[in-house]
Amino acid sequence: MSDMDMEDDGSGIVKKFMFLNRKAPHGTVYALEGLEVVLITAAFDQDVSLVFTDDGVYQLMKGIDTKGIEVKDFSKTYRALEGYDIEKLYVDRTSMEARGLTEDDLIVDVTVMSDDEMKNLMAEQDVVISF
Amino acid sequence: MLHIVNKSATERSSLESCLRLATKGSAVLLIEDAVYAATKGGAAAAKIQAAQADLKIYALGPDLAARGMAGRVLDGVNVVDYGGFVDLVAEHSNCQSWL
Repeated sequence: MSDMDMEDDGSGIVKKFMFLNRKAPHGTVYALEGLEVVLITAAFDQDVSLVFTDDGVYQLMKGIDTKGIEVKDFSKTYRALEGYDIEKLYVDRTSMEARGLTEDDLIVDVTVMSDDEMKNLMAEQDVVISF
Repeated sequence: MLHIVNKSATERSSLESCLRLATKGSAVLLIEDAVYAATKGGAAAAKIQAAQADLKIYALGPDLAARGMAGRVLDGVNVVDYGGFVDLVAEHSNCQSWL
């Protein structure tokens, strides 16, 4: 597709989208709703990064069992993201360690980032959406 | 007095205020996102452990399980189910929810 075509309908433009997850699952609806929006965005072939920081790190815990509180367990969905070509998952090391967690506690493979790496990643985005 | 806290201690100040203002011998029940405070290695673990000298700390089991935290509960924290939640409310003459 030529540059001219891209400008005509915009369909070929790829932007860098970051979804910034900062909330624990279940206590609020943010984590689940954020995940739904990520899946929608995947349909538009954008350059998507998922970042988990602060309490958002808790979304990726292994061993989640929601039967007792009768809500949907969406933690398995994170493992399906690869199938939607969403492969850039990042976890903030500072947040993870402050919660006594390690990569082994998480349900998916992630890239663990330092504060410097995280701030650079944020700075290079076209769009940042927070949940 | 039974104090009930439902917000994450790393996001809101409700647990900190509760622990600061609860009188000796009171019970504190952690539910929903507040249960993370009762888990090992977390930022609030030291506060909970210090509070155990004067307060009885409880955490709601189904909320721990739903967060993958059932196996990480701090020593001395009493895990209760919904029936235990009801018992706590019934046992105390009054209760305060820290919203």
